[in-house]
Amino acid sequence: MPHIVTDKCQRCRFTDCVTTCPVACFHGDATMLYIDNVQCVDCGACVQACPVHAIYEESDLPADKFEWLQINAQRAPGLPVISDKQVPLPTADARKRELGYE
Amino acid sequence: MNSVTSDALSALGSPDNPLRVAIVGSGPSGFYAAEALLKSGLTVQVDMIERLPVPFGLVRFGVAPDHPKLKQCTAIFDQVAQSSHFRFIGNVTVGRDISVEQLQHTQHAVLFACGAEVDRRLGLVNEYLPGSHTATEFVGWYNGHPDYRERQFDLSGETAVIIGHGNVAIDVARILCKPVDELRSTDISAHALEVLATSRVREVHLIGRRGPAQASFTAKELRELGDLNGCEVQVSATDLQLGPVCLEELKVNNNFNAAKNVETFLGWSTRAVKPAAKRICFHFFQSPIDMIGKNHVHSIRLERNTLTGLPFVQSPRGTGITSELECNLVFRSIGYRGVPIPGVPFDTDRGIFPNTAGRIGTSPGLYAAGWIKRGPSGIIGTNRADAVATVQSLLADLMQLQALPRSGADTLSDFLAHHQPVVSYADWQRIDAEERIRGAAAGKPREKITRVSDMLDLVERSRHSMKPINTAQSLGSSS
Repeated sequence: MPHIVTDKCQRCRFTDCVTTCPVACFHGDATMLYIDNVQCVDCGACVQACPVHAIYEESDLPADKFEWLQINAQRAPGLPVISDKQVPLPTADARKRELGYE
Repeated sequence: MNSVTSDALSALGSPDNPLRVAIVGSGPSGFYAAEALLKSGLTVQVDMIERLPVPFGLVRFGVAPDHPKLKQCTAIFDQVAQSSHFRFIGNVTVGRDISVEQLQHTQHAVLFACGAEVDRRLGLVNEYLPGSHTATEFVGWYNGHPDYRERQFDLSGETAVIIGHGNVAIDVARILCKPVDELRSTDISAHALEVLATSRVREVHLIGRRGPAQASFTAKELRELGDLNGCEVQVSATDLQLGPVCLEELKVNNNFNAAKNVETFLGWSTRAVKPAAKRICFHFFQSPIDMIGKNHVHSIRLERNTLTGLPFVQSPRGTGITSELECNLVFRSIGYRGVPIPGVPFDTDRGIFPNTAGRIGTSPGLYAAGWIKRGPSGIIGTNRADAVATVQSLLADLMQLQALPRSGADTLSDFLAHHQPVVSYADWQRIDAEERIRGAAAGKPREKITRVSDMLDLVERSRHSMKPINTAQSLGSSS
């Protein structure tokens, strides 16, 4: 079952997930990351790596995040691969607190 | 002697003076370290040394045959190996065929990614009774590892006990309980399939010394057990009544894997029991204190534990209440330890090469990544992040590495001149192709070649068949 990046990544973009991806299936724009679910091998390493739990396996996806399944599938293939950690967005720490992750 | 300090030359990592790194081990940590080095922007020559003639370590020999998707990372490894700055040096054992000292003579850095190859001991007197095995042996056996392919497992009894609550324990339970017909189309080794087809095991008990909130299963792997055909999962409702400290642990936001595990157990404990041919039972708060049997294990004695301590550092303490569980087979799956290599410091307590951020010892030049660096935890992707971090440490040491006395020449080939054969990546690709052909004939993605001698024979034969003049002859004689 595919893994999905949700909008919890927005204003964070910590990118810790990308270094744990064994198959380089993360793509990104300036706002957030997306998983190419054709490449994803469903190992789940990224789920643990994300400091704000922005990534879910499809079966764990909260009801209010279903739309992100489609959005990941549509956007990922057209965007550049991100496989090295990048500097988080300046709002990342504030956003992390806002989401309840200390 | 003829060593020169490389600072007489151009900067280390430039085309005239490539950074030479030996990587010991060809599993995920090794390949991801190679990837990070080759992407660093410096000119790097990576020599990856592997004791077997085949690469990929636990991706080939650890990942369960019914989890083929996880093996797709080998496509990334193949890309890494295509670099003209990468050499695979297979069938060479560091510490036996070539010493660490010899490696240091020619390489600026040696990066150990050799994993944790042996099991931790339980410490029981009767631990080695016949019928009691390590999970490593069983996993290596069904995955066709040459070291374990000759092992014998008597699956004629009905009850197996697995000690340990991690993903390896789950793999072993699943392979024992999955309908064998569902394994036929995987790359499980033929010799294992044959034995599993006659298995009479119908009950598998997984024993853990702590509770459901501390089990180190990946939530996804745990859930999979509940969906096995013809198999029921049991867990006692009493074991799921968690104490206040456990509940506190589960409330912590980033402890969601444990929370999901507990949710899965709760689901199983309340769902209607369906009649099934096989059964997996989880036991919590139990420590094995003895194995009983004269010539063969026939039961295991357990002591009930209670947990004491603060959140996330709770430890089990025996209550004196014991019980006995009859069984025909025991698998010990309580973690792994690395194996020492002469010339490298070793932490005997933890079974790792002691290091700081991947740097072994105090003088630069030796590095560690993956399980030999931090112990046997995490999955394939975890080791990518880990290997990247070690490579960052290595690259930060560039000035010190440049100052080390090194021959500056490729003397590795000289050291290995009398060692035959050294297996190249092209050789491996021929083994790979042959395994796929044999697999296709059996309806499997591959049929692994499981003896080193057979691998080397194939390498020899295919090298001959590469010479055009011998093509017809070899084709005629090889089939």
